Amino acid sequence: MNETAVRVRGLRKRYGDVDAVNGVDLDIFRGEVFALLGPNGAGKSTTVEILEGHRRRTGGDVSVLGVDPGKPTREWRARLGIVLQTSNEQPELSVREIVRHFAGYYPRPRDVDEVIEAVGLTEKAGARLALLSGGQRRRVDVALGIVGGPELLFLDEPTTGFDPDARRQFWKLIEGLAHGGTTILLTTHYLDEAETLADRVGVIVGGRVVEVGSPMELGGRANATARVGWLGPQGRQSIETDSPTQVVAELSQKFDGEVPELTVARPTLEDVYLAMIGADR
Amino acid sequence: MTTPALPSTARIGLSRGALELKGYFRETSAVVFTLAMPVILMLIFGSIFKGEVGHTGVDFRQYFAAGIIASGIMSTTFVSLGVSIAQERDDGTLKRLYGTPMPKAAYFIGKTISALVLSLLETLLLFVLGNVLFGLKPPSTPERWLTFAWVFVAGVAVCTLLGIAISSVPRSGRGAAAVLNLPYLVLQFISGVYFTFGDLPSGVRQVGAIFPLKWMCQGLRSALLPDTLLAAEPAHAWEHGRTGLVLAAWGVAGLALCMTTFRWKRRRDG
Repeated sequence: MNETAVRVRGLRKRYGDVDAVNGVDLDIFRGEVFALLGPNGAGKSTTVEILEGHRRRTGGDVSVLGVDPGKPTREWRARLGIVLQTSNEQPELSVREIVRHFAGYYPRPRDVDEVIEAVGLTEKAGARLALLSGGQRRRVDVALGIVGGPELLFLDEPTTGFDPDARRQFWKLIEGLAHGGTTILLTTHYLDEAETLADRVGVIVGGRVVEVGSPMELGGRANATARVGWLGPQGRQSIETDSPTQVVAELSQKFDGEVPELTVARPTLEDVYLAMIGADR
Repeated sequence: MTTPALPSTARIGLSRGALELKGYFRETSAVVFTLAMPVILMLIFGSIFKGEVGHTGVDFRQYFAAGIIASGIMSTTFVSLGVSIAQERDDGTLKRLYGTPMPKAAYFIGKTISALVLSLLETLLLFVLGNVLFGLKPPSTPERWLTFAWVFVAGVAVCTLLGIAISSVPRSGRGAAAVLNLPYLVLQFISGVYFTFGDLPSGVRQVGAIFPLKWMCQGLRSALLPDTLLAAEPAHAWEHGRTGLVLAAWGVAGLALCMTTFRWKRRRDG
């Protein structure tokens, strides 16, 4: 079996005389959760839409599950799941009706009630879509995306507009899917979401992928200097160091025990991300 | 690894038709605005109009009833279909469907099924009302039944195709109703729905005769009303051959437009 779910080389997309995507290279492996980050207008959505077969490319080689998405077939579509931004279709149908209907498009659909349970809507299965909350409606979108039992799932900014509790519940749902072996390509503006869910993160800036790595390693984050801070006699003090443990030990000796208001911080994913997109602007 | 076969286009098309109808009938406002609109117009104008058409012995309200049935077909197909597709494009429904293994033809089969069912209902509703209120009689001979049937089917087919084609014109779902109601409204006035076609100025008649609604009205009159009415028809004949030709031409044009202009995405989605 092919170990690469998505393989992109030199992808280009031109609108008029602007290169929205200008030489994107990307490998997404089977079974991983890959998060694509990038500011608005960086070419993130365009890239994903080309991979989904929604948009034609200007140049480059693209293979999604071994197929060129520029020539989509029904067989290929049956192996994909795409969760777009919520649409308002069929507000008068119930959750079970719409999920069952979409199941009918696929050769090997998952069990409808099982899918509804997986997205946590069992109690709402008979409710009309118009009566659901935004978060519940989003779960329906995911149910429609996974009912065909996809090998690869596209999730486009899945938790935009969620309250914190709904986001955490939604993350559990995605983790469950990833655990079941589904390859997931996620786009998001939330760095904590990428950090929680993704095995690897790619940052796209100015139509190019500038870096790919695990959330912990991105931007040299794992090796970055730490900042140790405390409340000293003259107020707040801090130093940057490669050996924070040693600094803390010394401070502890100096203060003879507890160090007042001690903090040890490494750059967050957000820090390195902002540096990355700032540097390239 | 053997892959199970994809579900057939016909099966998915039927399932889409059922889904469309289910969604439609649960949305009360849609039912009122499409199915009930021609009924309301029939009641209002039916209570205003009086007298006979020329000296043909045909009650003008029966003439009007035949016209409003044709107009009802255009309302449930051209107008509501066109508006619903424009809205589905705008709210992302079409884009979502495009991303699934649903065959594209199944979408159109579903739309056609729901348009056909709604048109049948609308026609039945208007006919019964016309019968009770204005004494409109069912087709009197098997030949007239046949005429009724083919004019109905051709009218539904042509207006459905044109509705799908024109759905790509409005820039947004919200503007769709305005864009589609304008030609619908104008055509009703120049095709022999509210006024006897023969009483219209000849220039207006010539414009009306370009479009399908005039021929649908005339075809239905030929099936529902007595031949004495021919004295008031400008051609003094039912012109079934010409009706068939005009509707066929619009059918072909509509199909060609659908195939070349149909968009699964909003304009701004490129």
